[in-house]
Amino acid sequence: MSGYQGKKNIPRITSDRLLIKGAKIVNDDQSFCADIYMEDGVIKQIGENLIVPGGVKTIDAHGRMLMPGGIDVHTRFQMPDRGMTSADDFYQGTKAALAGGTTMIMDHVVPEPGVSLISAFEQWREWADSKSCCDYSLHVDITEWHRGIQEEMEMLVKDHGVNSFLVYLVYKDIFQLTDSQVYEVFSVIRDLGAIAQVHAENGDIVAEEQRRILEQGITGPEGHVLSRPEEVEAEAVNRSVTVANQTNCPLYVTKVMSKSAADVIAQARKKGTVVYGEPITASLGTDGSHYWSKNWAKAAAYVTSPPLSPDPTTPDYLNSLLSCGDLQVTGSAHCPFNTAQRAVGKDDFSLIPEGVNGTEERMSIIWDKCVVTGKMDENQFVAVTSTNAAKIYNMYPRKGRIAVGSDADLVLWDPEVTKIISAKSHNSTVEYNIFEGTEVRGGPLVVISQGKIVLEEGNLHATEGSGRYIARKPFPDYVYKRIKARSRLAELRGVPRGLYDGPVCEVSVTPKTMTPASSAKTSPAKQVNQPVRNLHQSGFSLSGAQIDDNIPRRNTQRIVAPPGGRANITSLG
Amino acid sequence: MSYQGKKNIPKITSDRLLIKGGRIVNDDQSFHADIYMEDGLIKQIGDNLIVPGGVKTIEANGKMVVPGGIDIHTHFQMPYRGTTTVDDFAQGSKAALAGGTTMIVDHVIPEPGSSLMEAYDQWRQWADEKACCDYSLHVDVTHWNDSVKQEVDTLIKEKGVNSFQVYMAYKDYYQMSNSELYEVFTFLAERGGIAQVHAENGEIIAEEQARMLQMGITGPEGHVLSRPEELEAEAVFRAITIASQTNCPLYVTRVMSKSAADIISLARKKGNVVFGEPITASLGTDGTHYWSKNWAKAASFVTSPPLSPDPTTPDYLNTLLSSGDLSVTGSAHCTFSVAQKAIGKDDFTQIPEGVNGVEERMALIWDKAVTTGKMDENMFVAVTSTNAAKILNLYPRKGRIAVGSDADLVIWDTDAIRTITAKTHNSAAEYNVFEGMELRGAPLVVICQGKIVLEDGNLHVTSGVGRFIPCSSFPDFAYKRVKARKQLAVLRAVPRGMYDGPVSEFSMSRGGTPSASARTSPTKQPVRNLHQSGFSLAGPPTPDDIPIRPAGRRIVVPPGGRSNITSLS
Repeated sequence: MSGYQGKKNIPRITSDRLLIKGAKIVNDDQSFCADIYMEDGVIKQIGENLIVPGGVKTIDAHGRMLMPGGIDVHTRFQMPDRGMTSADDFYQGTKAALAGGTTMIMDHVVPEPGVSLISAFEQWREWADSKSCCDYSLHVDITEWHRGIQEEMEMLVKDHGVNSFLVYLVYKDIFQLTDSQVYEVFSVIRDLGAIAQVHAENGDIVAEEQRRILEQGITGPEGHVLSRPEEVEAEAVNRSVTVANQTNCPLYVTKVMSKSAADVIAQARKKGTVVYGEPITASLGTDGSHYWSKNWAKAAAYVTSPPLSPDPTTPDYLNSLLSCGDLQVTGSAHCPFNTAQRAVGKDDFSLIPEGVNGTEERMSIIWDKCVVTGKMDENQFVAVTSTNAAKIYNMYPRKGRIAVGSDADLVLWDPEVTKIISAKSHNSTVEYNIFEGTEVRGGPLVVISQGKIVLEEGNLHATEGSGRYIARKPFPDYVYKRIKARSRLAELRGVPRGLYDGPVCEVSVTPKTMTPASSAKTSPAKQVNQPVRNLHQSGFSLSGAQIDDNIPRRNTQRIVAPPGGRANITSLG
Repeated sequence: MSYQGKKNIPKITSDRLLIKGGRIVNDDQSFHADIYMEDGLIKQIGDNLIVPGGVKTIEANGKMVVPGGIDIHTHFQMPYRGTTTVDDFAQGSKAALAGGTTMIVDHVIPEPGSSLMEAYDQWRQWADEKACCDYSLHVDVTHWNDSVKQEVDTLIKEKGVNSFQVYMAYKDYYQMSNSELYEVFTFLAERGGIAQVHAENGEIIAEEQARMLQMGITGPEGHVLSRPEELEAEAVFRAITIASQTNCPLYVTRVMSKSAADIISLARKKGNVVFGEPITASLGTDGTHYWSKNWAKAASFVTSPPLSPDPTTPDYLNTLLSSGDLSVTGSAHCTFSVAQKAIGKDDFTQIPEGVNGVEERMALIWDKAVTTGKMDENMFVAVTSTNAAKILNLYPRKGRIAVGSDADLVIWDTDAIRTITAKTHNSAAEYNVFEGMELRGAPLVVICQGKIVLEDGNLHVTSGVGRFIPCSSFPDFAYKRVKARKQLAVLRAVPRGMYDGPVSEFSMSRGGTPSASARTSPTKQPVRNLHQSGFSLAGPPTPDDIPIRPAGRRIVVPPGGRSNITSLS
């Protein structure tokens, strides 16, 4: 297969020049046959009869598909949780990713509440830079909200190449934000040109249900899914779509795990909302019936939030929505813990550390469930495994496309190969694989990352620390073109009226809004009453007398609605 | 009419009444029969009735006789920052009777922090003094703690209240958190109450209001701009989720927009026990008037959730009402004078909220839904009285023409045409939100408690005759399904051997972080004990060779209720 037969045992391939001959190049828009030449980690030429320097290492693709390396938009390698760390660190995790054909990962920075976003971000950079085997980028999670956070977000966007922030609607009293806070975070995110990600589950209900289930004596992993029914996920998705619409902020729903949540996203898209849904390997490949396994350790290995749906038809449904474009990107939310770590929650399911594996299996599972079954073609496969992610996060066409000038992150795909997934052979360090025994058709034959061969003939040559941090700019066109057009249209205007000079009722001094009720957190709504009055008065003194009263009122379009965005507001007088 | 000579007597004292030749319309069928009433009850229905001599007889001439309307949502005499709505129980119930409504259900609104019971007694006193027709009361739960819980319990058991409203809007005032909603709903489900909800996302509204005011929008248009219909739909969706979680019947008051109505009908399709209440205003007019140049007119439309600026909304809601996706109609009648509305002349958030509609409700639904062919007369009866009576557990005493039912009847004239105007309406407010609307269909004769209160266009009401009608808990209409589901929805744990492998060291920081809201997270403490005892009871793990599947259906799903949980192991 490769011209380097004699050297295949050299652990690190140093050649920076590579030619792939006779490949069927698959992008998200088309497939075509051509040769491809790369140098210094960048694709230099595509075409036939390329003129390349002599002695270049050559791979003969024999007409096999060559596609952009996968981008796993959601990983949590080396994630700290109550003094423990998730079992796969950046080395182990990215190695697993590469083994599955994924050449870039996007990890989540999770600052403990009270810790600065910047210092958490730098901590994650340090971990990843020293260990990552493939390119990576970082999302930053917003786990609390105050003014200082806003400034840090600005710095992250402007100086650190972060353009996506995740908020939690769940994990009450730890990460969870209120609706008002989410509204404010989304407003800031929109102004910065970033993407609002949301972990969508109703944390209040989950907390109540957890208590109820525990009171009933249900303490095993089945309690995890019983306390988080899929409705609770759908409700939170619906709510975050509402807030995003209201703030005209692009929304990205991480971990779409259930049919009803996916339906809410699909419906919102039909109404014109800028929203993206991310199913993960686990939700596309398995279901939540395993929570009832008699083997505690096995059942606990499936614990993640939102949970896998116990409805066994869910994966098929989500694969269908992924194929028709209602869901756009796929991640793995790879965050496995080993059994001893999980056993922290052996007497109480709410303490089980959450997260499943999936970074290695992602590409093959989607190929097997969607392409082999005829739900999608190879181009859509590229779209959902890399291109859409690159577009949303403003890395396109550097990533997610095979084109001259793009990064040489490529996968030579073998649609024929079959493999049985097993914890015995996987690259993760955990004892259980939630896809154990699943037979998948389709897998990577050769994986090229940064122009270097990292997988060939089943041998992985990953280099610890070679991964680069990929900085991302704000205002990705794919997302913000529509947002910008809408914010231009969505100006609201008051109705110019004469001052009301009739009688005014006396009111007692306890105005409706002054009652200082229990939540003294954020209600900036009231303080602004002060500047408002002034604005109003000055506005009126400028407008003068109502000379235009006889002019028909229709001629001014007072409110223009963005396409599908706001409610149907007409401008009758 | 045989009593021609006496029609000017203001109070008709005869307790016996015969309606001849009417077409009786119930929610299930219509038929021709005579009706004889005595002492406020229907005594006989049929042909050639044998009745005492000298009974006052009304000749219906084949016109429809329908059960008197039940306006399931009014706010008469509602206190608001030291003032009171202009229609008190006398004025309001008079307007109701003029429109063919013979029973109203008012909302008791205790100030947050004050006693529900005191507020209830206050409302009872006001209504007993003044109401001209029978009434019941909903009680609004504006805060939540153990003593409120106790009071709710007493109200259900002793005071004849079976419906309680919670607010998802009015941040820092009436608004409840999701956890509180969960607890209220759980409690109501236990005690057989109906959870009513004012569904709007108060947190986002507060943010939007601030934004509008900052932009210099201070007029009534700001009211609707700061409360887009999505916020209503979102809250409805959330309320349904919580109700379904707690297996509590839900009643959404004031369905004002298409999207909110859509969510209710979708939930009903999925099997949720949820009822939607559009009001006269949302069925009859729209929110374009908020942009009126006349401030006072624009302000008279201010209510929450606001009227939708989409002019196709009323037609849409009438359609859903006709198809049964929305179940009952109220008016949310809560009128303020212009001077009262002017409290908010410089700031729309201060405008007192509420519109008229108790008088117009029946005629408006007839005109918009029956004359247009969306619904028939039986469905008209269902949505104007029968369904309300069933939800309140007053059926068949109210909401049906049957022997033994209360003699609250309306002879309906399908051909009458009337133009609604503030000049002739019975409310004390200066503006009518339906001003100028021409409606076909009106009550010809209204009989309340067996007495004629409207005849030949003359209203003879008596203040203070209205009785409080106690509603009992567990109405079959809502609770039959809820009970069946409760029996099925028992959850069981999986019997496993104890996990005896290695356990990681961990710090307890995650569960214990005492962040801002220290309200309710008592998750951890009681749990451990329950678990341990649970395991010691279970005994040794069951042998693995016994097949797991047939042993027990571990989770049985209520029809359409929970998500699809299978019992694979």
